[in-house]
Amino acid sequence: MRRLIYLLPVALFLVLAGYFALALRPGRDPSVLPSAMIDQPAPAFDLGGLDGKAGLARGTLEGQVALVNFFASWCAPCRVEHPLLMRLAQDEHVPLYGIAWKDKPAEAERYLDQLGDPYRRVGLDESGRTGIDFGVYGVPETYLIDKEGHIRFRFVGPLTPEALQRELLPRLKALGAS
Amino acid sequence: MKALALAALFLLALGLPARAVEPGERLADPALEARARAISGELRCLVCQNESIDDSGADLAHDLRVLLRERLTAGDSDQQAIAYITARYGEFVLLKPPVEPATYALWFGPPALAALVALAILLRLKRRGAEAPPAPLDEEERRRLARLLREGG
Repeated sequence: MRRLIYLLPVALFLVLAGYFALALRPGRDPSVLPSAMIDQPAPAFDLGGLDGKAGLARGTLEGQVALVNFFASWCAPCRVEHPLLMRLAQDEHVPLYGIAWKDKPAEAERYLDQLGDPYRRVGLDESGRTGIDFGVYGVPETYLIDKEGHIRFRFVGPLTPEALQRELLPRLKALGAS
Repeated sequence: MKALALAALFLLALGLPARAVEPGERLADPALEARARAISGELRCLVCQNESIDDSGADLAHDLRVLLRERLTAGDSDQQAIAYITARYGEFVLLKPPVEPATYALWFGPPALAALVALAILLRLKRRGAEAPPAPLDEEERRRLARLLREGG
């Protein structure tokens, strides 16, 4: 019985090693942070549009399951995920909305002219305040908003086909996206 | 000599942490600005995650510093201004985690471990002190010892 006390350091080591293994497990990106806005109502916003088109407000999203994608013309990973967004909008008929975060109108317009515009509507968040209200800490970020206007999921970084299949589309279906 | 001292001072100043707060961000009211500096030193920059927004040169840190100053100017208390930011970015932005059930292990784990070790050492020392002193040598042993010492010398 007394011998067992000598096993204590080994037990402590195993617990610690378990925590380290959890933090180092493959596929975990420590720079991806959980969102504080999950299950919270989406913040109110009313942004102007690009190219003289209608902008984007929280009211625009009401009554439907929507994806809100924060992007910027100065953001390289946004260009990486852009073809996927184009395909998503065309093939999956997902209501995809864009917010140009901390971008200049002319540059955001040129970006969408060059690469194509996958968004049903785009709002320009030049000051970045709407992004801060959403808890955005870098572009691209994609938010899934349900019919009641609550944020249900956030994806940080460029979307990949795997992330789309595994994380986004099942959630969209579960929420009853049309 | 004076030049050398000045040079040494200059080198020392180089070692001080560079602050990222830009002149244009500062508030005219020194008391308010001091509060803003104190709070922003406690808030994590989300982009370079081991820096405070007071230290960070990241664009988002700049925006958050400006936002913080706007909240304070609008009459927010320190707690309200911090709550405004944690509502959006979560408690992760606090460089000093709050004391609450989820962080008890973090706050009280190391002192508890130290207390445990101290207790173990104390018990051990006490037991050693309580041990009876060894019995004195008897006649036979004393003779053997004397012989050994002689042979060894």
